[in-house]
Amino acid sequence: MQKVKNGPDSAALAVQPEPSKARKTWRRLRENHPFLVMVFPAVLAVFLFNYLPIYGVLIAFQDFMPGDPILGKYTNWIGFNNFTRFFTDVQFWPLMKNTFLLCIIGFVIGFPLPIIISLMLNAMKGKRMSKTLQTIFNGPHFISLVVLVGMLNLFFGRYGLVNNIAASLGAERVSYSLEASAFRPMYILSSNWQDFGWSAIIYIAALSNVDPGQHEAAILDGASRFQRVIHVDLPAIMPMISVMLIMSIGGLMGVGYEKALLMQTDGNLEVSELIATYVYKQGLTGVPDQGYATAIGLFNSVINVVLLIIANTTSKKFSENSLW
Amino acid sequence: MSVKQETKKRGPIKLGTGDKVFYAINGLFLGLMALIVLYPLYFIIIAAISDPDAVLAGKVVLYPVQITMDGFKRILQEKSIWTGYLNTIIYTVLTVILSLVVTIPAGWALSRKTLPGKKFLMIYFIIPMFFGGGLIPFYNVMSSLGLVGSMWAIILPSVLSVWNLFMTKTFFESSIPDGLIEAAKIDGAGEYRVFTSLVLPLSKAILAVMALYYAIGQWNSYFNAMIFLQEETKYPLQLVLKEILIASENTTGGSGETILEQYRMANQIKYVSVIVSSAPVLCLYPFVQKYFSQGVMIGSLKG
Repeated sequence: MQKVKNGPDSAALAVQPEPSKARKTWRRLRENHPFLVMVFPAVLAVFLFNYLPIYGVLIAFQDFMPGDPILGKYTNWIGFNNFTRFFTDVQFWPLMKNTFLLCIIGFVIGFPLPIIISLMLNAMKGKRMSKTLQTIFNGPHFISLVVLVGMLNLFFGRYGLVNNIAASLGAERVSYSLEASAFRPMYILSSNWQDFGWSAIIYIAALSNVDPGQHEAAILDGASRFQRVIHVDLPAIMPMISVMLIMSIGGLMGVGYEKALLMQTDGNLEVSELIATYVYKQGLTGVPDQGYATAIGLFNSVINVVLLIIANTTSKKFSENSLW
Repeated sequence: MSVKQETKKRGPIKLGTGDKVFYAINGLFLGLMALIVLYPLYFIIIAAISDPDAVLAGKVVLYPVQITMDGFKRILQEKSIWTGYLNTIIYTVLTVILSLVVTIPAGWALSRKTLPGKKFLMIYFIIPMFFGGGLIPFYNVMSSLGLVGSMWAIILPSVLSVWNLFMTKTFFESSIPDGLIEAAKIDGAGEYRVFTSLVLPLSKAILAVMALYYAIGQWNSYFNAMIFLQEETKYPLQLVLKEILIASENTTGGSGETILEQYRMANQIKYVSVIVSSAPVLCLYPFVQKYFSQGVMIGSLKG
């Protein structure tokens, strides 16, 4: 196009026939330093809001009072005391059970649903109808947690829609937000209502890349539409399913405590108290016990990392799909 | 139109009975799902504009009864909602501006092979995706940075999401041709110049996606505001809504008559406030959903 101008690049190229390794690194650094400038704000943000808290985890091993320095002259190291205290806490087993049950039931319902929906949407005859349905299904994703839980209270409240309909059929009125047995179903169903469409997008994208030739071949072989879903579409998104599976197992215990916190009432506390909500209450409300709360939080994160590693290794062993 | 063209191209396809049944069940099920998604939203609207007594008596199920705008009139007088609204708008705008300034250049830099120390930086950004210090250390860091009680406690931690950063990086890797960059450099443009006058104009899609992601995230969040803010005048909308929608649900006192009266009024305000707070996002959504799904797909390229 244009003639090469005598820019700094070409000048640098012309000099120095055999630069030493250090020189090379130096030159590379000088030429590319703008990239470092560009990435710096992000490095700083992650350092402040992600790495400093990781350093702060040290207080899990201390007898820590708010305001103490993390590493000071008078730091009282107590080893794993906070952890053993948690393991012997009367709350320990109920918390573990509540967290695991909520996550596992949520996973068993919430993981396959978007896959099924994406396969069904993809198998629709009218493409425009399928697009419209996707728009509808994605909508609830944008409702905030506060509004979602507010809606649950409105619909399942004593004089809410559900009770009104039940009462007209002759049933007793029930305040579902105060019923322990209603917590998990309400939590899980509302989560699915909110996110099944959103989670399906990623599979729909993968399905749009399926080679039409495979479908044509299957049709020639006399496969029905349903058979094609099972034998053409499903295998095509299998790699994506594995990756999502690993990711969601890794995030299993990090399940939405912000929502659980909003749904908590005196009536359902026995099942709605999760490890993470307990951390919040121990560490930031009442008389804060921060070392203890941090230890519990750390225990939770470690379980998550271990789950992720197990899921990844297993997936690597049995298929070619893994995160690393 | 597109459907017509398709049938023309392929010629008439004869459907077997099995396929007919399949399409029927498929369509029916998805239609049912659409109803399940839409009905609660629809009910909120008809309940908000109906007489509160009719709503409580269960007369409002399929259509509004005795249409009234009282709820909307009363919410106009709820000062806290509008303060919250204003605060949320301020927080959201600031978050979006800052987050774009932080995320987009960083995503570009990470997508370049010549970025010095790229391997280290990648690991540096990946670790926080899977491991974090947890709530209490995070709170303590914010506290020692002097941010507790300030609106910056809500804005600053939200200016970078590592997921969004990697999404941006993937976008740049897949959609900016290397030849273009080379050509600009041969023309004497420096890295900054390349980024501002060449890359940015080509990246409207990712700018839109990121702005929307960060905006929705900030608009809908309540937790950081709850733990970091004490003054009610700084509360964002979601925290105000939390008081209206959730806190009041489980604390009722007084005699029977007043409880029911309060309940009646409070209920209407609740329906209306759900609409008022979610309307901007839900109205905007169909127009921008293209970008949102694009974002998810950009993210999925990696997987």
